[in-house]
This record gives sequence, structure tokens and C-alpha cells, in this order.
Amino acid sequence: MPVVTPEPDLKQLEPKVRVENLNFWYGATQALHGITMDIPARQVTALIGPSGCGKSTFLRTLNRMNDLIDETRLEGKVLIHEEDIYADRVDVVALRKRVGMVFQKSNPFPKTIFDNVAYGPRIHGVRNQEKLAEIVERSLIRAALWDEVKDRLHISALELSGGQQQRLCIARALAVDPEILLMDEPASALDPRSTARIEDLIGELRRLYTIIIVTHNMQQASRVSNVTAFFYEGRLVEYGPTKRIFTQPRKKQTEDYITGRFG
Amino acid sequence: MAKHAWKEKAIRLLLRVSASTSILIVILIFVFLGKEATPFVVEPGIDELCSTRWMPVSFQKESFGIVPLVTGSLLVTGLATLISVPFGVCAAVYIAEVAAPWEREILKPVIELLAGIPSVVIGFFGLLVLAPLVKLLFGLPSGLTALTGALLLALMAVPTVISISEDAIRSVPESYKSASLALGASKLQTVWKVTVPAALSGIIAAVMLGMGRVIGETMAVMMVTGNAAIITASPLESVRTMTATIAAEMGEVPFGSDHYRALFCVGITLLLATFTINMVAQGVLKKHRIG
Repeated sequence: MPVVTPEPDLKQLEPKVRVENLNFWYGATQALHGITMDIPARQVTALIGPSGCGKSTFLRTLNRMNDLIDETRLEGKVLIHEEDIYADRVDVVALRKRVGMVFQKSNPFPKTIFDNVAYGPRIHGVRNQEKLAEIVERSLIRAALWDEVKDRLHISALELSGGQQQRLCIARALAVDPEILLMDEPASALDPRSTARIEDLIGELRRLYTIIIVTHNMQQASRVSNVTAFFYEGRLVEYGPTKRIFTQPRKKQTEDYITGRFG
Repeated sequence: MAKHAWKEKAIRLLLRVSASTSILIVILIFVFLGKEATPFVVEPGIDELCSTRWMPVSFQKESFGIVPLVTGSLLVTGLATLISVPFGVCAAVYIAEVAAPWEREILKPVIELLAGIPSVVIGFFGLLVLAPLVKLLFGLPSGLTALTGALLLALMAVPTVISISEDAIRSVPESYKSASLALGASKLQTVWKVTVPAALSGIIAAVMLGMGRVIGETMAVMMVTGNAAIITASPLESVRTMTATIAAEMGEVPFGSDHYRALFCVGITLLLATFTINMVAQGVLKKHRIG
């Protein structure tokens, strides 16, 4: 009989996002089935699972980006600080300011590096140039890009390398001071060295933000996250501390997936 | 095998001939215009062309200064551009980004229909509706002014501006919009601060092509601008454009006279102007595709 290590109790961590019985449909196709989970504050939560398992859809319900797709339907609750983000009077703009997002493919605007980072603060009403410069500097420092670009803030962001562009997108998301950072496979299009930089960065950012990251890469999930959720066919199969999920999965499907038997 | 190669060659030749024909035609137009116009440059000379009076028929002294015609064309074209660009770009933004699918289904064909109306018919509309309106609004003795012409031309340029701008706006990657929305920007903020700037080079090309259409337009302008060859910057005065001058005078001019040759000089000037606009538009479009 193997000794079962006592599992660090997720319930003891302060929950940042509470999801209760979440169902989601694209037209007639149900993509998420009864998801219930508490996502802890100031931790990195990894969402893993094979393609089409609903992990990205789930991520996008957290900042209501799915609202932009026609003919979708949602049931259940998503609470951030005990406030239902799908309640009638919720201001989606304010929500997205609190819940930042970094996309799979880096998508800087065809503007200068400075203007990319300053975009968010500007649309939220920051006009003061000194203040903007300060925000841009702080965000680029946090995204570990400042040293590489500080002398050329006014060149086009499209001249940066792929890895730099993705860190710029992270800086842009940080510039509006979110509490939660959603990352949808942020390193999947990058080379190993850039990937390593992004992973280090996630480790740094964990102290300041609640990070939820979708990843295809099992090693990445085990390296960067403290909590892991395994999704399969739109259901949350297993959820727990990353170490336990990867060493002692309780469900057969989880074990099969992380050992590479399917996916 | 040999038969195959022969066929291949024949097809290639056919295609090459078709493709070169248009180039050949452009060159021929330049050559023949030049042939008719050059004697004027030699005698009475290019100075005559640069003078400020267009008075091709006179008992005392004829003058062939094309400056008033050029300024007339510039005034009408410039005004038409000023009117059609904001209007066309806003309409394109609406159709591309705001309109519901069913609205788009109605708007697009109607706008394309507008592009197909013969300019004479638009000229009628100008004479019967626009000119009296301009006369009434500004208390003028006559409604046949540069402004009336510009309004009509704007009407003709707008479909081009809308349809090409709309293409440019729709080809802005979805990822830019997602990024903006995810930062908490509203839909309209996203349109004005991300989508339109990203589509800007395409929009500029659309404007250039619209201008190209406007500067070459003849019938409608001739009908409503009053055709007085004066140099003015006021949109409420009558002007005479290069195109209207050629169309109105070519039929009655004695073959081979100075007047005849002067009209060809006007034609070359016009051709160079549209050529330049088209080249710039092509250049901008090319840059747009690469970027």
C-alpha cells in the first residue's frame, strides 16, 4: 500500500474566483458541464486537458470574452469577490479591467511599444504624461521586458521578437492593474528559451496576481502552477494541488492523460 | 509531348498579349495626346499655358492659360474629398463593425448600386435638386457653383470610399480587437483607437481611388458648376474644371488650331493628375498588404 501524502487543503486558501455549477453552450452544443471550483488567490492555477475539453472556453467565461461570440448561452454562477459577474447590472468593461487576459498568439497593436502599454490606462482615462510614463515603466519592469526596450520605447511593437511581443502583451495587460490574469497557452507559439522566460515571469507575477493559465504542455503545468484542474469533454475531472495531481492522480482519465496515453 | 509543349506556348503567348494590351493602350494614349499637344508647347509656348486666363475664342487676343481650369478642378475635387471622406469612412465603420448582418445585406448592395448610376443621371439630380437648394441656402443668384459640383462628386465618390474602406476595416485581425476588448475598452473605443488606425493605409488608398474617380468625372460637373473659367477659392462661385472644358469645347474647335492643341495640353495635365493619384494609391495599397 503506498502511503498517501496529506493533501494541502485547497479550502484553506483564500478563494478569488468561485465557480458554481457552470454550464455553457455554443448554439446547441454544450461545451461545459456543471463546473464547480474555487480558484485560490495569488496562486497559479493550471487548466489542462486535451484539445476541445473546454479549458479555453472556461477561461474565457471568467472575463466574459465569450459574450463576443454569437449564440452562446451560460448557466450557473461565476463569483469574483462574492459578486456574480453574470448578474444583470455588471459592467463588463470594469470586469475586464479587473480580469486581464494574455492570448495564445501574441497580439500587440501595430503601434509603438509605449502606446501598446499605455493603451489600457489611456482608455480608462489616464491623461497625465508623467503618470502614463510611470505606468509603462512599471508594467514593462514587471513583465521583465524593460531592460530590453527602455531605449526604444517609440519603435513599433511589431519589430520585437515573438517572445518579446508576448511579454509586451503581458505588460499591456498589467498596465490596467488587474487582480486576475488569464493566460491562454501564452507560450505555445514560442521557442524554448522564450518559453522559459515567460515561465520565470509567471513565477514572479504569482506574488502579485491570481493567475489562471491554460496549457497543453504538461511539464509547463507542473513547473509553473501550484494548483491544477484537469478538464475532459467539458467536465472538471480532477482538481487539486499540482504536485498531487501529477504524482498521485485519483482518476484513471487524469493518469492516462498526464502519462501521455492520450491527448 | 511536343504537341503539349506547343499548346502550352500558345496559351502563354495569348495570355501575355492580353496582359500587355492594356499597357500598350496606356502608352498609345500618352503618345497620341503628346503628338497633338507638343506643337503648342513649341509655339505659342509653355508660358502661355501657365497664364491665368482661359479665353480660347476672342476678337482681340486669345489666351490659353489653364491655371483657372486646374484651380477649378482642384477646388471641386478637394471639396468633394473633404465631404466624402468623413462620410464614407463613418459609413464603412458602421457597415463593418456595428451593423447587424441583415443591415449589411441591405446596405452593401444599395451602395454598390449608387456606384453604378450614370453620371448624367446624377447630373440631373444635381440640376433639379441640389442647385436650387444651394441657391436657396446661401442666397445666391445662381445655384451652379463649385460647392454644388463638389456635393455631386462626393455622392459619386462615396461608394468607392465606403466599399474599399470597409474591406480594409474588415481585414484588421480579430486578435487586435480581442486584445482591446480584454483590456476593458468598449466596442466604440476599440473601433476608433485600434481598428481604424490599423486599417488606415487601406482607408487612405480608398480615399485616393475615390479622388481618382472624382477628378476625372465630367458630365455631372459640367452640368452643375456653371463653367466660368475664373480663379477663385470660394466654393460659392462658379468654376470650370479641366474635364468640363475638354468636353464642352472639343466638338467645336477647328482641327489643328492653337485652341485644339491647348485642349490636348489640358488632357495631358488631367491624365498626369489621375496617373499620380493612382500610383500613390497603388503604393499605399501595396504597403497595406505587406504590413
